[in-house]
Order: sequence, then C-alpha cells, then structure tokens
Amino acid sequence: MTIDSIRADLLGKKRSAEEIAREALKFAEAENPKTNAYLTFAPERALAAAKAVDQKIAAGEDPGPLAGVPIAVKDVILTRGVRTTCASRMLETYIPPYDATAVIRIEQAGGVIIGKTNCDEFAMGSSNENSAFGPVRNPVALDRVPGGSSGGSAAVVAQGTAVLSLGSDTGGSIRQPASFCGVTGVTPTYGRVSRYGLTAFASSLDHIGPFSRTVRDSARLLQVMAGRDEMDSTSAFAPVPDYVAALDGNIRGMKIGIPKEYFDGLASDTGNVIHAAIEELQKLGCEIREIHLPHTAYAVGCYYIICTAEASSNLARYDGVRYTRRSESAGTLQEMYRQTRDEGFGAECKRRIMLGTYVLSSGYYDAYYLKAQKVRALVAQDYAQAFEQVDAIVGPVSPFPAFKLGEKVDDPASMYLSDIYTVTGDLAGVPCMSVPAGKTPDGLPVGLQIITSHFNETAMFRIADAFERA
Amino acid sequence: MKITEQEVRRVAELANLALTEEEIVRMTQDMDGILEHMEKLKELDTSNVEPMSQVLYDSEETATLRADVERKPLGNADALANAPVSGQGYFKVPRVIEK
Repeated sequence: MTIDSIRADLLGKKRSAEEIAREALKFAEAENPKTNAYLTFAPERALAAAKAVDQKIAAGEDPGPLAGVPIAVKDVILTRGVRTTCASRMLETYIPPYDATAVIRIEQAGGVIIGKTNCDEFAMGSSNENSAFGPVRNPVALDRVPGGSSGGSAAVVAQGTAVLSLGSDTGGSIRQPASFCGVTGVTPTYGRVSRYGLTAFASSLDHIGPFSRTVRDSARLLQVMAGRDEMDSTSAFAPVPDYVAALDGNIRGMKIGIPKEYFDGLASDTGNVIHAAIEELQKLGCEIREIHLPHTAYAVGCYYIICTAEASSNLARYDGVRYTRRSESAGTLQEMYRQTRDEGFGAECKRRIMLGTYVLSSGYYDAYYLKAQKVRALVAQDYAQAFEQVDAIVGPVSPFPAFKLGEKVDDPASMYLSDIYTVTGDLAGVPCMSVPAGKTPDGLPVGLQIITSHFNETAMFRIADAFERA
Repeated sequence: MKITEQEVRRVAELANLALTEEEIVRMTQDMDGILEHMEKLKELDTSNVEPMSQVLYDSEETATLRADVERKPLGNADALANAPVSGQGYFKVPRVIEK
C-alpha cells in the first residue's frame, strides 16, 4: 500500500478508512511476534482518526494528504493518552499529557496512527538491542538486527505492518535502520521538523523524520510535518517547498560529490552496491566528482562527546519525582534519585550519562566538550566547502550490512564506530537520507546515502526518486 | 588508562547513579575504550575555530517572541498524572528538612 493507493481506495469507495485501520491493526498485531517491532498498539486513537477521515469524505470535504494512511510512531515521540516508553523501564507506564507537533500535523492531514514502535532505549544505540523490552528482529533476516535506534520504525515499513512511520535521528538512527531493512529513511535539515514532543536525547542533534517504501511517500510525510512551530524555538522559519512537485525524474547535469573518506574501511559487499549505484547516477546524467570531507575521521569522537554531554543533562529529569518510576527501596531524597536511576536506566543509557557527565565535569570541559564543539564547526565547514562544488554528496550509510543479533553487543566502542558515515550529517545539520540501492550476495539490503545542503531537501528527493525509478 | 575506577565513582556520584561494584569495573573498561576515540580530537589544531553549539544557517527571520496571547496551560491534574507520589496538588518526595 502507498499513500496514493489508499487515497484511490477511499475516494473510489472501495474501502473506508475505518476498514483500512481495522485491517492494518489486525495484521500488525498478528505479525508482531516475528519482529517485536511494536511496543504498543493504539486501536482507539486509530479508529477515531479513521472515522474522522470517513466523515470528511462523506461530507465531500478534502480528507487531507495522508487520508487513511496507517502510520507507526517511534516510542520516543509523545502521543497524548497513548503509552510512550522510550523503550525504557524508567517510563514503562508513562502516559503523555500532550502530543508532539509532528503527531498533531499527521492527524490533521488525515493520517491514522496505529501504534508505537520499539527502539533503542532513549534512542541510544545502533542495533535496537538496547531496548528494555527486547530487541527488534530484521524482517529481511530474522536472526539479524534491524539497525538502530529507530529499528522498529524501519522494520514495520519493511514488514508492511505500517505504510509510513516516524523515527528520530541523532547520529544515524533513521538512515542506518532504513539501510539495514531496505526501506527509505529521511533525516531532514535540523530545525525543519519541530522537536516539540520528541523526548530529548541530544537537543542540538535530534531530528524527527519519515520512513516509507517509496521516496515519494517520504516526501509527502515530510511535507506535512515540516515548517515553523512556535513550540520549538529551534524550528526553522524557512518556507517549505512542494517536495512532490520536484520529483520529475530529471537529474541530468547535477553535480554529485563522492567523499573519498567514506570508502576507507568499507566492507566490499557494501562497497560493490554503492559503486554500482554511483554508476547508475552517472547513466542518469549526473556529473560525478571526487570530493573530500577531511574531518570525517574525527566525527565519531566529536559526536560522542557532544551527544553524551547533552544526554547527561537531558536525562537528569528522570529522578523519581515526575516521571512514573520511583525506587521502592529508597529512604532519603538522595537514595531516591540514585536508586531510581540505577533501576530505571539500562546499561547503554548509564554509559552515556557517565561519559557525558565526565566530559562536562570540572577540569575536562575545555579538553573534551569545548574541543568537540570546535571540531563540530570544522565538520560543518567540510560540508559548506563541498557544497560550493557539488549539488549533492552520495556514499554508503553504514560500513557493513545488518549484523547478527548479539554480534557487537559486548563492544560499545566498535558499535560507536559503525556510525562513521552518518554522524557527520547530524553534526552539520544538513538533510540526508537512505534510499535502497541493492543487496549483498547474502541478500542483505544496502542503502545509498544522499546528502544536500541546508533546506535543499528538494534536490535530495529528486535524486533519490530518479534513482529509485531507474 | 584514560580513567580510573576512583574517577568513575566520582562521576557516578555527580550523575546521581548508584552503580554496583561490578558496574564500576565494567564502566571503567568501557569508558576507557571510548575516551580513546574522543582523545583523537587532540590531534587537530582548533586555536582559531569558534565553537559550534547549535546548527547555523542563513535565515531571514530568527527566533522571536510569540504573540502575548493567553492560552490554556497543561493544568495541575494532567501535570501530576505521571507522578509516582503526589498529594494536595504537589509532587511528593521523601522528607528533606527535619521538624
């Protein structure tokens, strides 16, 4: 199903939005034991939204650009009245009192939110193995990870148990699972989509973005969510262009940069798919140029300093006072804070809180945090200089395809290094996406990453769409 | 070693985490491995670079104050709905000041 096919069914009176929602919920619940991709289903909310769409159609009104489309939302994005756990024991029973702006805009556009998807705890991870509620399995190969942290959101689209989904990306958490599961995933420009109602992990790096089967559907979902929101002071005023109108299939003459640094240490099975994709873009009339992003090798260290520092501040609020969980064994206030946090957070969250507290602590601030902010400026400058020469940059999303469950779980440092091609985009705040490019000889999907300059999602979508059609 | 167990204990105190002895040992190893990657940044000369604390781009408009219009707040009951312990319209915590 796509947005268009659902719209045709609705307007042609083949099926009602309510019927589509009931079928989608039934199918998703039946399939879920295979992947563990959903943590919560939201039948009441879904049926209410679907009925509203049906009423609009009956009244002859426009039901909205996402009319009747079953959509899943990552469980770090708040949904009023529907449990939002962040895949953490800390928030196991948390019921948000308000909706994220992205969620409000989706429902205003006729979208039907059917459930909340599993992810790494507080969006911290690259494999979805850090969920307190068990890992997600990759629908393409059930013994493998779906990637992370938005593993559930990628898996539901790959599995067909949602037509669209929302993820969040701080260092690659949309693009990497999209690549691993063979679907399209988009990280828009920082500030393009309001973060209001996105549980804060690293505020200067966090993005909300879409997953879909087709480039066109991601463009449509972004269209609905994008634009200034006064509830998020970092959301951008820049006007939102018509993304779908730009999908004309013509990318002749576009200049595409290939960053040399993105091919060092790349596994050959992934590399072969990426090289073939670059040849395809050349056949479509693009001019391919080698470029340099000289600070790539420093980006992972830079990213993990900044994201852990921001995470240690953002996660300070989970202290046993306001957010559902409080340790039962605590006597004093201090014990309440410490024991609640020890019991509520999983190992990766603790690791990042500790690293973040360390790099911000007295005597280390200049050496780590301030240094990382300066290196971040150099990474952003790499992109600014590259976009003086080219319209877009393409390369791999991940150095390797989906790995086996448990394969990297005991080596956090090597897990962090797997984010090498994705963290730079978040540090610079530029739009980037993963579009399916092919499969390895083992049948594992490989995504092609496309990166453009700030607010130039139009060019990114145009290239991805032309590539998808070819 | 980039970090010692003693430092890890001090950081855990700052972060309000009650780590077990076992967790301290494991955390020291893990942090040590990750700090090594972070140390790589020291290779770069950044003496003439301004720190970047937020994504910057050219923008015609910048963050402004919103219009001063009254709007409905969340409300006391909704705000307290997720509190583990509440009473009399407040969040309740263990006694801090002795009578």
